[in-house]
Amino acid sequence: MHLSTVAKYIRRSPYQAISAGLIMSLTFFAITVFAILTILSIRFISYFESRPQLTVFFKDSATRADIDLLQKKLESTGKTSSINYVSKEEALKIYKEQNKSDPILLDLVTSDILPSSIEVQALQAQDLSSLAIIVKDSDKVEEVVFQKDIIDTLVSWTNALRRVGLAVIAILVTVSILMIVTIIGIKITLRRDEIEIMKLIGATNWFIRAPFLMEGAFYGLVGSLLGGVIAIGIFYSLVPSLESFLQGVAIFPLSPLILLELLLIEIIIACTLGAFASYLAVLRYLK
Amino acid sequence: MIVFENVTKKYGESIPVLEKINFLIDKGAFVYLVGPTGSGKTTIFRMIIRDVTPTEGSIMIGEWDLAALAKSKLPHLRRKVGVVFQDLKLLMDRTVAENVMLPLLMSGINEKEAREKAEEILISVGLEGNSDKFPLQLSGGERQRVAIARALVFDPDVILADEPTGNLDNATSFQILDLLKSINKRGTTVFMATHNDRIIEKFDDRVIVLEKGKIVEDKKKKSTAEKNDKKSPSSQKEDKSEKISLEKLAQGEKDAS
Repeated sequence: MHLSTVAKYIRRSPYQAISAGLIMSLTFFAITVFAILTILSIRFISYFESRPQLTVFFKDSATRADIDLLQKKLESTGKTSSINYVSKEEALKIYKEQNKSDPILLDLVTSDILPSSIEVQALQAQDLSSLAIIVKDSDKVEEVVFQKDIIDTLVSWTNALRRVGLAVIAILVTVSILMIVTIIGIKITLRRDEIEIMKLIGATNWFIRAPFLMEGAFYGLVGSLLGGVIAIGIFYSLVPSLESFLQGVAIFPLSPLILLELLLIEIIIACTLGAFASYLAVLRYLK
Repeated sequence: MIVFENVTKKYGESIPVLEKINFLIDKGAFVYLVGPTGSGKTTIFRMIIRDVTPTEGSIMIGEWDLAALAKSKLPHLRRKVGVVFQDLKLLMDRTVAENVMLPLLMSGINEKEAREKAEEILISVGLEGNSDKFPLQLSGGERQRVAIARALVFDPDVILADEPTGNLDNATSFQILDLLKSINKRGTTVFMATHNDRIIEKFDDRVIVLEKGKIVEDKKKKSTAEKNDKKSPSSQKEDKSEKISLEKLAQGEKDAS
């Protein structure tokens, strides 16, 4: 009964329905894009967090004995949990693996031009500075890279992205709610006589309200499906380009199951949002 | 069944629309409410379904004291009191069957059962074969029957008919009245507002006369048999309409006739 009434209400004012559906699509397109970016940024940061906290690159003049000496010096502090030596040959192997799709780059590089290094994991993050002082004192050390610096930069970028994303979504959600309140409000006003008749012949408030709430939920359903599917489609089309851009950073593949879950959650939120907006209209116009 | 006790309705500080209205209508009665336009007939009907609340006084419908009736119970009251509105209040974009089914669907009855019941009632009011027509495809009398069918759909205890013959020719008016009479014979109380004197003359039912918001007369006419017996002096004496003491009614006494 209510479904056929909803279908009739929508058929009678198709432009209003299209407007409501489109604004919801835009909102949920933005939400999906933001959610995917958040998932990727979390994976991106996790990737760097799983990398060694301190990487010490040695000059070509450094012998294995020099490196062992420094390694022992670091271990003797009792502040390290592990130290892994990467020789020039191993560095080349890693480089080849990362650039296997680009034969020109592979041809240009030999093990001679790659530095040997040690990757140091500290027991506690605050010990990294004192460990760094020890390695920097050595004249055999070319460069010291802190993963923490990279992670901090990434975190600040993702936080900024998150703030912008949330602001955009808040604006779009507000616009969507206002749009649905207005559209449902107009429909209630247009059907005032019918509603009056229904009340006089014994309709309960919920019987009158239900089709309007369902209509709002329907706009949410259509909007989230459309916006979500388009955003996910665009994301999948961009995956190959992103993979080659972020070479070596293992954040792909993103399981379709995660995106399906995301879509389902969005549908639930969108239907609730649509019904909530309609409820506001009903409270405002159906006293 | 329906009791109005000292009911007054005022809008702001204006002259009362209704003033000190007292009457009692028994279960199964057929009562006419007559009076000129603006005398307050429709307001009384609207009060019975609590579309309008009195400024003073109390209204009882069966066991329900309308002043104390919770808002959530209002739909139940309106299902027990079927109303044939003056302007019919049919939904013009719905078919005859859909109009009649609507109250049933509101009460949670499924569509199939509602349609069966609607068809049954449409046959009983003489509208078989019109289910799928829209109200605008029907004549005035037929539309009136649709409104009656909708009012009957819950087997209400009371039917309020507000000028059901207002825009109809005499023949159709009497057909509608016959229909209401047959409904009344099944035990349903019928309270009908009208200005059609011919109808009032033809039938020997109680008539409440309203003027400027006050009841000026509440009379029970004599039966047709008694009317024919005019030659008998005793009959002539009784032929006068019995006026009911409004004061007695105010005290809650039943119809003196």
